[in-house]
Formats: sequence, structure tokens, C-alpha cells
Amino acid sequence: MTGYHLKLFVTGKTATSERAIANLRRICAEDLRGTYSMDVIDILEHPQLAEDEKILATPTLVKALPSPLRRVIGDLSNKEKILIGLDLQPVQQPSGKGDAQ
Amino acid sequence: MSNHAHGILEKIETGIPGFDLIARGGLPKGRTTLVSGTAGSAKTVFSTQFLAAGVTSFNDNGVLVTFEESPGDICSNMMGFGWDIRKWEAEGKWAFVDASPSPEDEIVVTGRYDLGALLARIEYAVRKVNARRVSLDSVGAIFTRFEAGPFIRGELFRIASALKQMGITAVMTAERTEEYGEIARFGVEEFVSDNVIILRNVLETEKRRRTMEILKFRGTSHQKGEFPFTVMPGQGIIGVPLSAIELKQKSSDVRITSGSEELDRMCGGGFFRDSVILVSGATGTGKTLRVTEFIAGGAANDERCLLFAFEESPEQLFRNATGWGVDFEQMEQDGKLKVVCEYPEVAGLEDHLIQMKAIIEDYKPHRIAVDSLSALERVSSIKGYREFVLGLTSFIKYQEIAGLFTATTPTLMGGASVTEAHISTITDSIVLLRYVEMYGEMRRGLTVLKMRGSRHDKDIREFTIDAKGMHIGRPFRNITGILSGNPVYSASQDVERFGDLFQEGQKV
Repeated sequence: MTGYHLKLFVTGKTATSERAIANLRRICAEDLRGTYSMDVIDILEHPQLAEDEKILATPTLVKALPSPLRRVIGDLSNKEKILIGLDLQPVQQPSGKGDAQ
Repeated sequence: MSNHAHGILEKIETGIPGFDLIARGGLPKGRTTLVSGTAGSAKTVFSTQFLAAGVTSFNDNGVLVTFEESPGDICSNMMGFGWDIRKWEAEGKWAFVDASPSPEDEIVVTGRYDLGALLARIEYAVRKVNARRVSLDSVGAIFTRFEAGPFIRGELFRIASALKQMGITAVMTAERTEEYGEIARFGVEEFVSDNVIILRNVLETEKRRRTMEILKFRGTSHQKGEFPFTVMPGQGIIGVPLSAIELKQKSSDVRITSGSEELDRMCGGGFFRDSVILVSGATGTGKTLRVTEFIAGGAANDERCLLFAFEESPEQLFRNATGWGVDFEQMEQDGKLKVVCEYPEVAGLEDHLIQMKAIIEDYKPHRIAVDSLSALERVSSIKGYREFVLGLTSFIKYQEIAGLFTATTPTLMGGASVTEAHISTITDSIVLLRYVEMYGEMRRGLTVLKMRGSRHDKDIREFTIDAKGMHIGRPFRNITGILSGNPVYSASQDVERFGDLFQEGQKV
């Protein structure tokens, strides 16, 4: 199994940024269990990185690895959408994905 | 600064030819102007030209925020206008903020977000090149990618306010769906409502006609109404600011020859040097001959002559001239004549006008002839034609040179053409050439209908054409109704009797 590389772009230390960071940490801890690396990038400090990745909205979560590249925007408060949107496969799912409910 | 003290809004020149005249100086400084238009109305050209002219003419660096086309596409598309954006980028005079969609950009929303990243990138780019101008093209795309609601409008408002704080003069383009309908899609105008420009590309009797209109400039003045413009390769947008033309041409008493001694006599000594003369007649009455003699007369006095021909090729013109004893070829070799032949259909009237102006400015002639002006009627709507004629005549008068236009009348025996209806009041002189049917024979008649600022011969004189050109002879004495196309003969006694009648009247 290849490790995930996730990049979270935020603008400054706003409430939305903090919420997104916390939500992402929780998802990673609960669903990805150590098979990931994660960068939090503040656009105000590194605007060129946002330019390179063509980020418009913040927070934006980018799944850099494994390919394909995927992104979701928002404060990551909807876990289901994140998992589907990023093509993340939670480790703790022994059988079919549809049974998660 | 002193302007601020008086509360007058400063403007900055855009460098878009014609536009600054309409805008009475340019765009309001330090503000965002909305440029709205339908697809293909040259919004991208406008927003790019605003930046390009800043770099080339005013030493103002620029940032282009592109929401639709990729920077690569824009660079190659704009090369055709002579704008080398890649070079400016390398020189640190230009920066892109690439907000164009990419394939993986299928947006999944997982909660609250804002467009802070876009704003941060714009601010970063502005700082990077120390920009004073920013264009955003076109913001409609952002509504279709995110959501078409008040939230995105609010975000764009935030960007516009940030630009204002940085003292940036910005252009923001937006789509509209109809030429005459709501200002822009998604209610964009609600947040940049200070300044609105509308670009139109209207289909009028099978012809496309581009116009620009300044809908409002809050706190400052501008010209009202739609102004035609065109997009030219190598130049970009060129406005034709018609009502910006002022009636302040100087007037001269200097007479120049019409190329015919007899006609000079009829005009009281020749045409005035800075006048516009209309020669009107049916096909075959000798209009092109009149033009040829006008040019020959100029060249004989060492004047530089320019001929725009819209009906005949250079070969035909030269052959005809030779037939009347005028050697165009020799005149051309001596540098006294330049002939420009073109089919009216090759371009729109705005383009013709701009080209003709450029040639006039380049060649600096003393006299100009256009044969025939009425040939251009058919490539435009009446409105466009009127604007063209007005633009051309005022330009010629402004140059203080003589212009002779010909107009073909629609019927053989006379009658007024569209050309006459639109330019007769702005011409200084009108010469009519008419067929006169006499005892089963077609003769030709000439009269000077109008000669502003001078006495002139009121007779309708017969003229003949031979290998030496035009010969103006005696007046038609016992025919009336030539101009209306219904000649009626009266016996010579009647004419004398009428003469006596008026003389007696004078004695009383």
C-alpha cells in the first residue's frame, strides 16, 4: 500500500483554517492510520506555492499522491464527501465500501 | 494631488486609441471598472490592451488575472496585436494570475470556504511586479465554477475593495447574454457599480458592428451613447469617437484649382484649399474625369495628390486618365500621386476609415479624391455609413486639405443618393453632373449648386468630353427641369419674355 501525500492550503490563522486543520487531522488519524504525510501551507506566507497549484479557494485539500491528483475545498466538515472526493480508501473497512453506514 | 484636494476624480489614460476621448481622459484612477459584453465582443482584447498599453506607453506594470483562457493561450493570441507578453513577463513588467480551470478541477465542496487564496495570489502578483493596472477576465467563469450566488459576489467585492486599497486601477470583464438586456450575468454589476462600460457586437443588416458605450462613471464625466470601434491586427481596439470631433477647423481664403479653368471661373476662382467638394452624377456623366482633372490640376501645381478608388483597378484608372491626356504614371514616378484601390467589401467601414486616415497621415497629401464615396454605401448600414462619412470629412478638414468626393446618383436622370442626403450639409461645394436629353440626344450638363463662402456661376452649362478632357461650354438657355430629370423646352421668346418680366419688377 502506497502512502498518501496530502497538502492543505489555508489563508492565515482564521477560524475556518483552524477548523479545516483539525478536521483533516481527525480524518487522517481515524481513517488513514499513519499511511500518510501531510503539509499545511499558509498561502499568505507562500503565495508562489498557491500560484503553482492554481489554488483559488481556501481551505483547499490536495491529494498529491497517489495519482490521480484530487482536490476538495471547504473546511472539511463533511467526511463522506472528502473520502469520495479525494478517492481516499479508509483502512478500517474490511468489506464493501457501501456498508459503511 | 491638487485634484484630490478639489475632490475631482483623477483618470488614467488607458492608451486604447479613441477610448480615452470618449472617456474624457481615461478610466477613473484607483477604481475598478466593469467591462461587460456578449461572447465575441472583444472583452479579453480590451482588458489585455489596457495592460499592454500601460506597459508600452505609460511605464505602468500590469497583472492579468485570467479565469477562462490559460496564460499560454493568451500570450499566443495576443501576439497578433504585437503584444509580446512573454517578454514583458521576463522583464518583470507583467504577471499572470492563472485562475483558468484545469482538468482535475472538479470542485467538491466540503463545508465553508472563501476565495482568500485568489486574493492572496493577486496581491502577491501586484507586489511582485509593482503593478498599477490589473485586469480580471472574465469573472463570470468563477460563478459557473463555484456557485452563482450572493456569496461569490461578496468575494469578488472583497477583491475589488482590496484592489482599491492598493490604489490599483482595474478592469473586470463580465459576460452578458443579450446586446440590449441586463448589464451582466450573475448580477456582477451589483458590486462594481461605480463604472460600467458595455462592448457590443451587433448584427445590423447582415453586418457586424462593434460599439462601446460608457454606461456610467460615478463622479466624473464621459461622452454618452454608443461609439463604433474596430479590432485591427497589430493594433488592437481602435475607437472611432465621432462626437469627439469638434467643429473648429480653420478656414482658408486660399483658392486652389479644380483642374479646369472653366470650372474655376464658375466657382469664382477655384475651390478653397481646405474645403470638401461633392461631385454628384449618374453613371457615365464624367465623375471619374472630374477626379482625374482635379488630381492633374494639383500635380501641375506641385501638390501631392492621393486618390482612393473603390470602383476601378489602378490599370483602368491609368488607362482612362491617358485617354483624357493625363499621365498618372509620370505623376506617380514624380512622387506627386498615390493611388489606393480597394474593393469596398474587403473591410468594414470602420476599418476603411482607420486605414484611410493612416494613409493620409503617412502620405500627407495636399488634396484627396475619393471615387466613389457612394460605393461604400453598400458595405454598411445607413447609420454606419453616415458615421463614416462624417468621420472622413471632418478628418480631411482637420488636416486643412482639399477633398473631392464623388457620388453616383441612383437614377440616370438625377435624383438624390444616400450620400448626398448625408453629406451635402457638411460639404463646402457641390458640383452636379447631369444628363440632359435634347431632341433624341444625350448631352451633359454641369452646375455648381453650392459654393460656401463665395459667389459662383448659377448657370447649368453644357459640357463635352474629348481626348483632352472636359470642356465646359454655354449655359442651357431654353430648357427647364434639368435637375429634376424632366427637361422641358421653352421657345426662346419665352425665355426673353421671362427675362423682361424680372427686369421690370426690379425697376418698381
